[in-house]
Amino acid sequence: MTFSGLRVLKEGLTGNRGWAPHWRDPEPKAAYDAVIIGGGGHGLATAYYLAKNHGLTNIAVLEKGYIGGGNIGRNTTIVRANYFLPGNSEFYSHSLKLWEGLEEDLNYNVMHSQRGIINLFHSDGQRDAFVRRGNAMITQGDDAILLDREGVRQHLPYLDFENTRFPIYGGLYHPRGGTARHDAVAWGYARGADRRGVDLLQNCEVTGIDIENGAVCGVQTTRGAIRAKKVGIVVAGRSSQVAAMAGMRLPIESHVLQAFVTEGLKPCIDHVVTFGMGHFYISQSDKGGLVFGGDLDFYASYASRGNLPTAEHVMEAGMTLMPMIGQAKLLRSWGGIMDMTPDGSPIIDRTETDGLFIDCGWCYGGFKAVPASGYAFAHLMATGQHHETAAAFRFDRFRTGRGLLDEEGTGSQHNLH
Amino acid sequence: MRLTCPICGARDRREFYYQGEALARPAPGAGAEAWDEYLHLRDNPAGVRRELWQHEAGCGAWLVVERNTSTHEVLGVSLVLDEAQA
Repeated sequence: MTFSGLRVLKEGLTGNRGWAPHWRDPEPKAAYDAVIIGGGGHGLATAYYLAKNHGLTNIAVLEKGYIGGGNIGRNTTIVRANYFLPGNSEFYSHSLKLWEGLEEDLNYNVMHSQRGIINLFHSDGQRDAFVRRGNAMITQGDDAILLDREGVRQHLPYLDFENTRFPIYGGLYHPRGGTARHDAVAWGYARGADRRGVDLLQNCEVTGIDIENGAVCGVQTTRGAIRAKKVGIVVAGRSSQVAAMAGMRLPIESHVLQAFVTEGLKPCIDHVVTFGMGHFYISQSDKGGLVFGGDLDFYASYASRGNLPTAEHVMEAGMTLMPMIGQAKLLRSWGGIMDMTPDGSPIIDRTETDGLFIDCGWCYGGFKAVPASGYAFAHLMATGQHHETAAAFRFDRFRTGRGLLDEEGTGSQHNLH
Repeated sequence: MRLTCPICGARDRREFYYQGEALARPAPGAGAEAWDEYLHLRDNPAGVRRELWQHEAGCGAWLVVERNTSTHEVLGVSLVLDEAQA
């Protein structure tokens, strides 16, 4: 089933009776060439690119719940390529290029909206840092424009520019940044993988990883044993638990990150706006809700919910930046489980077990990385070689100290990111 | 979330600084692998574990907090000093 304007029109005129499920619900086979543990955004993208780029179609995605029910359905949907460090820059730049062709590639509307991101600054020192970051983005081939205060005012007239503590000096504008519909990204990749023959096995929890003579040979699941010579772990949020099945300990501590959404409002916030000094960022969804969040709660958690001090802090920061949102009613809040690494950057690498690969540690930045992560992890699983855009995301960088990717410059320690 | 400081009593979470999992520090010459384990690698359980917190905005004491990471239930708080002397 291919989507097109004509098809939508035809279905609309004939009672929408012609739509079929977007993917099959197959029974597990006894063996596959490769299995991917985790049916989230990264796992589905990995399966899609394994099939599309490498011709591997006898593969399965094993998902313990339902497709799109994890962090891919629980994030704040921001897509950007405004990283500074070599190693990160080329990866997120690649990801944004994939985003820009994603809907055509998948034949699926992921509602990718390049509405622009503005990072605000409030001091001369912060301006210098953002000039440097903007130049790094331009050098990478992406877009960055430095706005002065009046430039910001033209885009965001509703901010409190004269705030005593954080007067707005300007902003770094990244026009190609924006948002996408998070669920649709999972659905689009799932459908794309399924159409190329990938089996998506839902309610299929992995309970063990079979290893013989130092090489992986399959997995045990709640739907039976499955043999495979290649296994990819892509389960951010539960990485430590699944890796432990293969006897591994990861440089990861799981933390909770909260997010909030208001009732639906008429369009008022056209961009993604970040207020780093207050740990606050906001955008408006296509349904009209103001979607916003802040920093971690800063203690280890798997609870998928946070505590009130962080919620209060985020609301205060929002009111400081844009007092107009004070009349909006908060509809709901939730928490996601973040794979936090010591340096704040991810891991896409082999493991000490032959045939076992891992993609984890996305901290609070996994959504925008979905296309490039799947692309690079598929490349690694298919060829055994790191993809050139993701060669820096090594497992051993913590042990050796070589190639630490501390984008924030705060140090490589578990409670600093 | 509230933590019961053995010195100050039950206090708001905002008074406390979170350090991380309570681990035994290796000897200075223990080697790269031991230090990697101490600094980076974690069991990271979805359940009960022992953590180091400091009552930063209170008495300043370092605490060992036994806490469930899946429910946020606090099972016990003791002074690091007491544990070290025990």
